[in-house]
Amino acid sequence: MNNGMPTIVDLKLVLPELVWCGFAVFIMLLQPFLKNRHFFTFLALVGSLGGTVLSIVSGWNYGPGFSNLIRMDAFSLFFHLLVGAVAFLVILASETYLERENLDSPEFLALVLFATAGMGVLASAQELITAFIGLEMSSISSYILAGYRRDASKSSESSLKYFLLGSFATAFFLYGIALVYGATGTTMIDAMNAVNPANGWLKLGLAMILIGLCFKVAAAPFQIWTPDVYEGAPTPVTALFAAGPKAATFALLLRIFASVPAATHYWFWAFWVLAALTMFLGNLGALVQNNVKRLLAYSSIAHAGYILVAFAAVTYMAGEDPSTAARAYAAILFYLLGYALVKVGAFTIVSQLGGADEKHVSLDDYAGLGQRQPWIAAALSVFLLSLLGLPVTAGFFGKFYIFTAAVHSKLIWLAILMAVNSIIGSYYYLRLIVVMYMHEPKSEAAAAPVRFPVTASIVLWITVAGTIYFGLAPSRTLNFLLDQKSLIGSMR
Amino acid sequence: MMLPSLLSSLILIPAVGALALLVLRGDDHKFIRGLSLGVATFEFLFSLLLLKKMDFSASGYQLEENFHWISAPPIHYHVGVDGLSVFLVILTTFLTAISVIASWNSIHERVKEFFVVLLMLEVGIIGVFLSLDLFLFFLFWEVMLIPMAFLIGIWGHGRKIYAAVKFVLYTMAGSILMLVGIIWLYNVTGTFDLPQIQQALQASPELLGKTVEIAQRNELLLFLAFFVAFAIKVPLFPLHTWLPDAHVEAPTAGSVILAGVLLKMGTYGMMRFCLPLFPHASREQRWWIVLLAIIGIIYGALVALVQPNLKKLVAYSSVSHLGFVVLGIFTFGTIGIQGAIYQMLAHGISTGALFLLVGMLYDRRHTFEISDYGGLATPMPKLSAFFLFVALSSLGLPMLNGFVGEYLILLGTYVTNWKWATWAATGVILSACYLLWAYQRVFFGEVTQEKNRALPDASWRERGILFAMAVITLWMGIGSAYFTRRTATAAETIRQEMMRAGDTMPQEAMSPSDGAGTKISLERSGNR
Repeated sequence: MNNGMPTIVDLKLVLPELVWCGFAVFIMLLQPFLKNRHFFTFLALVGSLGGTVLSIVSGWNYGPGFSNLIRMDAFSLFFHLLVGAVAFLVILASETYLERENLDSPEFLALVLFATAGMGVLASAQELITAFIGLEMSSISSYILAGYRRDASKSSESSLKYFLLGSFATAFFLYGIALVYGATGTTMIDAMNAVNPANGWLKLGLAMILIGLCFKVAAAPFQIWTPDVYEGAPTPVTALFAAGPKAATFALLLRIFASVPAATHYWFWAFWVLAALTMFLGNLGALVQNNVKRLLAYSSIAHAGYILVAFAAVTYMAGEDPSTAARAYAAILFYLLGYALVKVGAFTIVSQLGGADEKHVSLDDYAGLGQRQPWIAAALSVFLLSLLGLPVTAGFFGKFYIFTAAVHSKLIWLAILMAVNSIIGSYYYLRLIVVMYMHEPKSEAAAAPVRFPVTASIVLWITVAGTIYFGLAPSRTLNFLLDQKSLIGSMR
Repeated sequence: MMLPSLLSSLILIPAVGALALLVLRGDDHKFIRGLSLGVATFEFLFSLLLLKKMDFSASGYQLEENFHWISAPPIHYHVGVDGLSVFLVILTTFLTAISVIASWNSIHERVKEFFVVLLMLEVGIIGVFLSLDLFLFFLFWEVMLIPMAFLIGIWGHGRKIYAAVKFVLYTMAGSILMLVGIIWLYNVTGTFDLPQIQQALQASPELLGKTVEIAQRNELLLFLAFFVAFAIKVPLFPLHTWLPDAHVEAPTAGSVILAGVLLKMGTYGMMRFCLPLFPHASREQRWWIVLLAIIGIIYGALVALVQPNLKKLVAYSSVSHLGFVVLGIFTFGTIGIQGAIYQMLAHGISTGALFLLVGMLYDRRHTFEISDYGGLATPMPKLSAFFLFVALSSLGLPMLNGFVGEYLILLGTYVTNWKWATWAATGVILSACYLLWAYQRVFFGEVTQEKNRALPDASWRERGILFAMAVITLWMGIGSAYFTRRTATAAETIRQEMMRAGDTMPQEAMSPSDGAGTKISLERSGNR
């Protein structure tokens, strides 16, 4: 088709990634010459927003590019918008955080943009090596970001842990690709149709890919790293971890395991078990946490479990009933959207309330917040209720759609397990709400109201408004997701 | 029609009121109380319009409003009212207004938030009673949880947080099961709309499964998913353990609303969903439900008998009285169901009043222990007179409201199975024992503690509330025909809906309780 040189069409398809990377490089180049934090933040904001908006332009050109290595479609457009928005919010929320913790902002911002570009690649990759590059771009930036508070030992521990375990998982992923290539003779995701799904090497390879990706989304039994990494990383970075890379990795997982027929039906039970295990380990772990960051980390494990329930539904129905499977895809995407908003908002509050060196992150520090800072407490309550799945929040509809998908796919038992987990989960979310509204503050130091800067307030307004908007009027978004006639199926 | 959106206004008025309170300045407590009283009173008067607007002889839902809300899955904002829900709505608005007055002087902290939460609670409860879309119903059902938990957890006393969390977890456990049931129903019928689901299930009972056998098994599972959620709310023995805690720790207004209307959401749900949607399963499972109801009646009464804590005593009496309601519902006869509806209303008024009285005592002495009182009739004759009146109505004295409901339920039960009625009747006797004995210990005899000698009698505000409650109690007892006439169609509709195509009612429920027998007894109760 071409001689290896990218054409204009190709470039249009990676426009968002180009912008994100371009701004990142530009920021790094300017760093030695300029000292003004606000300027760099401004630049990064323009970059993240620009890339996000431009992904709509690439969205006008649905189709394959770079000799079919990537593909822009409704599915990847959705994820570009999602990770771009997350990056924008995280950058906005981190502005005062970096100043408070006395950390260099340009590198930080550049790394966030690089990570976002990697997630963008992950979302549109149609080929496993390309996906690997995307995964590494986002992972390596993440490792550095996790350890960005160099002076804090917890942060370094977080970074090292994430790096060691993460590389291990990447190795699994890479080895899986090699095996799949050996079995099928191709690394193109859409060219694997023809292969006999019972082929042992293919199964082994897909299992390894699954393990590698499950590590990245923190699915049990590969979730052990999550609480430590989430706790140690600077809180805005935790917000990014919980929302961005998770969503992008789920996107890749969905592309591989929902669109390759050879990979679908065989993996139903794997997803079933992963989902059940992840939900239980996440929720039970969260029950005993006294650190809000760790609590939210365990909750994000649990939420990965809920999303995997929808995966089980997708893989179960993909071969038999495409329309039901399409609903399950839509459920996953909607869930990720609501979940990302909530986690970014919640971690923003945690990062602001934490104070210098993130000292105030225990449950006791939140005692009496309802009286001290009613609006912040109200916002955090909205997020917690959304995580809990109460109406009228985005989390409610996310959970509702996943429930519906599971029941539609006749996975009644998994739906019941999910119900049981929702009840367990309600305990610890309510616990935090109870602490905020019904406990008296323990110490004088914790009782002083924390001033929220404008940037963080904007983030909160956006996330709260989004959470409630998607909880009141989910149809538009869902119709967009459903109209794309089984988002992934149509791509072949 | 003059007021096309009467029902929506009922939901919106308290919501707007709560929002207005939220944004207004919070320092002027007098203004806040006044505004909430204004909103609550207006809402109550507005809800009385329902009585004018409704045609009680027609079956089916009235004043319906149906708007498209979410397209996939098809969720509608569908509200409507019938003879079953209309009085519950009015009871809710009435008790909310009463609660606002009752909390006038007893709430000092976070006054603004208190009234915001109270009004939000009203929104949730009215929404539950009016929803005709299962999804909307579930939404309101959940929305109402949080304000109630806040009421208990922030303005309660003692182990308030424990009680609040217990309340939420219990309800949540039931409602998640119900959500699975709702989605399952949607899965087979393709709609969340209650009337449509009802029609679909009536037309083809095998909709739930490929064969009738599977359909019946699935119907049983669905029935249980709904029933357990409602049984927790009622609460049916042995799921009642959250209730005493919640009641004892809740502030007076919380207890009044909790006992007055929240518990009725459970029995309302049984009548609205369990019986009409799953008639076969309801009949099959009746034996143990009735058994639990009777155990609840007797157990609740016995525990109330030995309670040293006055508020717990009233709470356990609720367990006993709500057992009657469940028993009445599961007679499946018109009389029993009508009795159940009546008992729900009567219990709302008389137990609400009992909690108000207990709250007034608490305001003066800050204790619920019966042993701390004694001889109160001397310092406070007016309050003790009201207490006696309310206690008599609660134990079912003829001419007062408690009698009518219990009588109808026992009558309905008797024609279904006389043994059940015999056992249940012991509950009536026991209720006389525990209420009168408690009354004796609190109000009669010598004043044993010096502190009690100078307690002030009921103030004008308190007398006003109690007088209003007493008048309604008396009116419901004497003019019961006003209510029975208006709930008759609803009860008959439930009974008819239970007869699905191809199904036959078992003999016992068919025989004397419907047809001629119904009419005669209704006329009788009408003439009383």
